[in-house]
Amino acid sequence: MASMRDIKRRKESIQSTGQITKAMKLVSTVKLQKAKTRAENTKPYFDHMYDTVLSMLRKSGNISHPYLSAGKSNKKAIIVISSNRGLAGGYNSNILKLVMGSDIKKEDALIYAVGRKGKEALARRGYQIAKDYSEVMNAPIYKDAIEIGQAVLDAFVSDEVGEIYLAYTSFKNTVSHIPTLIKLLPVDMEAALQEGNDKEDLNERLTLMNYEPAAEEALDLIIPKYINSLIYGALVQALASENGARMQAMDSATNNAEDMISDLSLKYNRARQSSITQELTEIIAGANAIN
Amino acid sequence: MADNSKDFKLQVISPDRIFYDGETDMIEVKTTEGEMGILKHHIPLTAILTPGILRIKKGSEERIAALHDGFIEILGDKVTILAESCEWPDEIDLNRAKEAKIRAERRLKGAEGNINETRAEMALRRSLLRIELAEKYHK
Repeated sequence: MASMRDIKRRKESIQSTGQITKAMKLVSTVKLQKAKTRAENTKPYFDHMYDTVLSMLRKSGNISHPYLSAGKSNKKAIIVISSNRGLAGGYNSNILKLVMGSDIKKEDALIYAVGRKGKEALARRGYQIAKDYSEVMNAPIYKDAIEIGQAVLDAFVSDEVGEIYLAYTSFKNTVSHIPTLIKLLPVDMEAALQEGNDKEDLNERLTLMNYEPAAEEALDLIIPKYINSLIYGALVQALASENGARMQAMDSATNNAEDMISDLSLKYNRARQSSITQELTEIIAGANAIN
Repeated sequence: MADNSKDFKLQVISPDRIFYDGETDMIEVKTTEGEMGILKHHIPLTAILTPGILRIKKGSEERIAALHDGFIEILGDKVTILAESCEWPDEIDLNRAKEAKIRAERRLKGAEGNINETRAEMALRRSLLRIELAEKYHK
């Protein structure tokens, strides 16, 4: 059996770790609340943008537009949103698994990384990192999304990449976060049409929408905004998911620490008792020997 | 009754919040094609907005706001403006806007690439708009 001193030392170490995880849990709970409110505030903008783009695409019919057809390049840009700090349970590794498990080949992928953890892990595995926006993840604002969107759109227009994907963790609720990979460009016309038909009633479909400037030109201006809003939505949701994941991880770490402490206390008390018993036996044995 | 009313529903949504949500009888916006006033029963229209002043009128009341970049969708009696950023005059930091104006002007003078030039120009227009609105409000 381990000595009393060893057990005591171990117990103290676990206790201080438990204190840290408990503090981290409290911090991420507060951050989660903030991030959650922001994610909810973004939703109306994002939803409306999506609806508008959808109905524009449907009404403008079969127009050919650079944003609607795949580029010449085989390269695929992936915006990967992870976190800057660890200790968030499976949060980062789930995103990595999603990116590596997708049917995008390593040689074709061009990573636009948001979040240090994801960037480092992908670079280690031999992925090509085009740009790093990790500092954005500390407090994402809409301007950051515009910057990232601009960078990927430039690459798309100049034929550096043929397709653009976005990998992030979508925030369902506090306990469920789903790693998601979506295709940003070219816009998937068929899916858009399908969804639009399901959603809209006949009356709305018959309304003739006018565009100013003409639909093609308007599309030119709206699609980048659409991309930006998607990226912003992803950033905000990822932040909420990150804090949610960290909160859960820290919660279970605190619970585990408590379990271990109670286990060790039991062992410590047993060791103490047995050492006392042994001492007593020795004293009695000694006294008997003298008599 | 409902037919006599000149009011229609207006929603101004920016990425961070719902900026405005309510009834109004006239609004004015600045689109890429020029300034536009919208009353009830406007034809369905989607237009792209450039930095400009948004006026929301209801009766004799008028509220103004700085609207940077976005688009407007008019459908039936409902008008929706999706703005990348939008602010009331009292939210504008005049000093910051002035600084931004100087920065943008300097960048325009020394502009090299095309992209930088358009970006700086947009920044300049935004700062000018903010200054104009803030000064009008503080008078």
